[in-house]
Amino acid sequence: MGRTLTFEIFRYNPADPDSKPHMQTYTLEETPSMTLFIALNKIREEQDPTLQFDFCCRAGICGSCGMVINGRPCLACHTQTADLPDKITLHPLPVFKLLGDLSVDTGTWFRGVGKKIESWIHTKKQFDENAPEERMDNELANQIFELDRCVECGCCVAACGTARMRDDFIGATSINRLARFYIDPRDERKSSDYYELIGDDSGVFGCMGLLACDNVCPKQIPLQDQLGVMRRMVTLESVKAIIPDFIRNKLVGCPDKND
Amino acid sequence: MRIHYCDVLSVGAGLAGERVAVEAAQAGYNVICLSIVPPRRSHSSAAQGGMQAALGNSIMGDGDSPEIHFNDTVKGSDWGCDQEVARIFAEQAPIAMREMAFMGVPWNRVVPGEHTYYKGGKPFQATEKKENEGLIHSRAFGGTAKWRTCYTSDGTGHAVLFTLDNRMLQLGVQVHDRMQAEALIHDGERCMGVIARNLRTGELEAYIANATLIATGGFGRLYRATTNAVICDGGGQIIAQDTGVVPLGNMEAVQFHPTGTVPTDILVTEGCRGDGGTLLDVNEYRFMPDYEPEKAELASRDVVSRRMTEHMRKGFGVKSPYGDHLWLDIRHLGEKHITTNLREVYDICRHFLGVNPIHQLIPVRPTQHYSMGGVRVNKDGHAYGLKGLFAAGEAACWDMHGFNRLGGNSLAETVVAGRVVGKKVVEFLQGDSMTFKADAMQDALKGVEQRIESLKKGTGDDCYTLRNEMQDAMMEYVGIFRNGKDLQKGVDTLQEILERTKNMRLAGKGQRGQDAEMAMALRVPGMVRLALTIAYGALKRTESRGAHAREDYPERNDRDWLKRTLATWKPGDTLPTLSYEEATPFFILPPGDRGYGGGKIIDGPDIPAEKLVPFAEKKEAQGA
Repeated sequence: MGRTLTFEIFRYNPADPDSKPHMQTYTLEETPSMTLFIALNKIREEQDPTLQFDFCCRAGICGSCGMVINGRPCLACHTQTADLPDKITLHPLPVFKLLGDLSVDTGTWFRGVGKKIESWIHTKKQFDENAPEERMDNELANQIFELDRCVECGCCVAACGTARMRDDFIGATSINRLARFYIDPRDERKSSDYYELIGDDSGVFGCMGLLACDNVCPKQIPLQDQLGVMRRMVTLESVKAIIPDFIRNKLVGCPDKND
Repeated sequence: MRIHYCDVLSVGAGLAGERVAVEAAQAGYNVICLSIVPPRRSHSSAAQGGMQAALGNSIMGDGDSPEIHFNDTVKGSDWGCDQEVARIFAEQAPIAMREMAFMGVPWNRVVPGEHTYYKGGKPFQATEKKENEGLIHSRAFGGTAKWRTCYTSDGTGHAVLFTLDNRMLQLGVQVHDRMQAEALIHDGERCMGVIARNLRTGELEAYIANATLIATGGFGRLYRATTNAVICDGGGQIIAQDTGVVPLGNMEAVQFHPTGTVPTDILVTEGCRGDGGTLLDVNEYRFMPDYEPEKAELASRDVVSRRMTEHMRKGFGVKSPYGDHLWLDIRHLGEKHITTNLREVYDICRHFLGVNPIHQLIPVRPTQHYSMGGVRVNKDGHAYGLKGLFAAGEAACWDMHGFNRLGGNSLAETVVAGRVVGKKVVEFLQGDSMTFKADAMQDALKGVEQRIESLKKGTGDDCYTLRNEMQDAMMEYVGIFRNGKDLQKGVDTLQEILERTKNMRLAGKGQRGQDAEMAMALRVPGMVRLALTIAYGALKRTESRGAHAREDYPERNDRDWLKRTLATWKPGDTLPTLSYEEATPFFILPPGDRGYGGGKIIDGPDIPAEKLVPFAEKKEAQGA
């Protein structure tokens, strides 16, 4: 209680030709239970209405407020100032297009990659409103939800070495999203279909294994495990012609989507 | 100016907007969704609990039916709802949930065998049936006779929203995110689209559409303390009311939840109290038994919220930089219970409050939670007053919630209403041809341009000051407890604020590109008008029904008030024009006691026999 916080915030308005990227300093008295959501809104409403940043649910659910906080990508809404030093440095997430100050265009990026990986259930069946639902094992439903929990905040992409170097890298979030469909029996795609989607350097083979995605995920989704699962599946798909079935089946350890 | 054309324009890309969009796109129509944020960030994603549908697969839901769901919904609404709509909803809900399963929602499923469940903090055993293995499971929620709430762990809204948005991707529905609708294009009879402001560039763009849908959610941000996301500012209701011809229904029906956390107003579940948590005041004294000797903390949501407010008004609130609050104490439940059964609460407290609820008290206060009112539509989702304008979800007053909605019914409404209204939008397009009027578009455009110009010249208060004053007035005078004197003060204060919005100043002078201040400043006058509509409607409704609680009129008055408030706003006026309509075209369940919440009822005249219709019989009549 009673600390004076110093905020060093990245400022740049790409729509204004006179704007130059720079850091701007603000100070604020800390209050109990203060989060960066509270602090940034206080600064905007009381000190500088031109400051741009994004929040939506402000409850760690929607993923709007990813930003780089003292060097680390994180959700600003559930970051307590009490857990930070007196000096707090804020940058926008890299990789995504900058819209202004701390605000980046995650919407366009995720829409694009969602289309690219065909992020939907592929099935030839038709919905029958008079029939009972198809049954599913509850354990499997839980496993799917465990991967479905990703909020697309973009922290994993911002922290990714490959994503910084390659514009076309789909990132850990997309590989996790496909892993979710891979284990879902409602999705009728085969291993060869997944190979077509992610079997190159823009997909599973682009990852350098730096583990930052896994490290910064605010939802603690096991991103590296999913990358491993998908990479192994795709690799086996690419060499299956030269490996006998009985060995391949032992190696996969995942639902066989070839039948 | 960029002009976009489409068959269907959805203003809003949450669950209701996307479900309508999917229905229209499946029928082959060209659909655009506008959204202030990327669609997967919409407030629908925050819903945790689940969706009510009478599937009856779980053992505690055994024997459930749409009719029982209907009865619960009508009682929950305190007989304020349209019973025809509530019946459509209850009947369609199971189909809508199965359809979401088909599209990919990982609903939790029935696991056969014996399980331990908790009720009132005490464990009991129940055996799930073998023959139901793998069907959609359901959990308990308040005010329901059966366990009926379909769920995906504690992330139901997220899972359903992502599934629907995936379907949108597949169907090629365009989403234009970071767009804020500022005005409807209309000629007083027909809606033809919207003028929207691009939040990336600050430019105005026109969307021309044969059918326009408002699906922008609620307006929690009219209140200082709300569980709603920051985008829930009533944008959809504002552009509808701005037309002067589209009425808003039952705006005075606003639901509060007892345990919003302080400072950020994130909800902690009712389960805390259900499992034995208590409410304490500034002296750490348990006050609820003094007010409600029998039920104490477990009285109904509206009752507990009222008692908490009453106690804080007496000076027993805990002072904080964020205003007065009370304490929720769950420490006695122990570490194991808190980190397993109340894991979400444990996480929220640590991440957002810096409080460890195993050892510390949780700061809470009653917090605005849900808007029962909205754009008044008929059973097809077609708005009153303008042809071609539809609304669905929390933005609409469809009206299955009446004066109080049950937990799990709002999320269910989004996909059920989305499905029903989506089909009606398709029917409408099939039999329709629209003559576009360029004049109407120019008028709407000029209106928005003038507002922007006037903001750039304003010399008065900035938008945040006026918004804060409006929010404080709503908390103080139009909150949980209402009375004539305070409501009049609220109306007077809000009228004064409305006047000051005419000379609003941009403290940041308006910048190119993104400009959050401009976006807010454009909203504030409309928000104040919505606030006035709530306050004025509440002042005129001299009874207590559901969430609308008048201290000076404590009875539910079926004699005079079994009706719905309709509020339009004529151009230049400083108050809405109110009129009233019958709450429901017929009664399947005639007015009676809810079975909880207490309170007196002033009976209305007997319902004539021709208006009393059994559930099944009316269904056949409608099908014929």
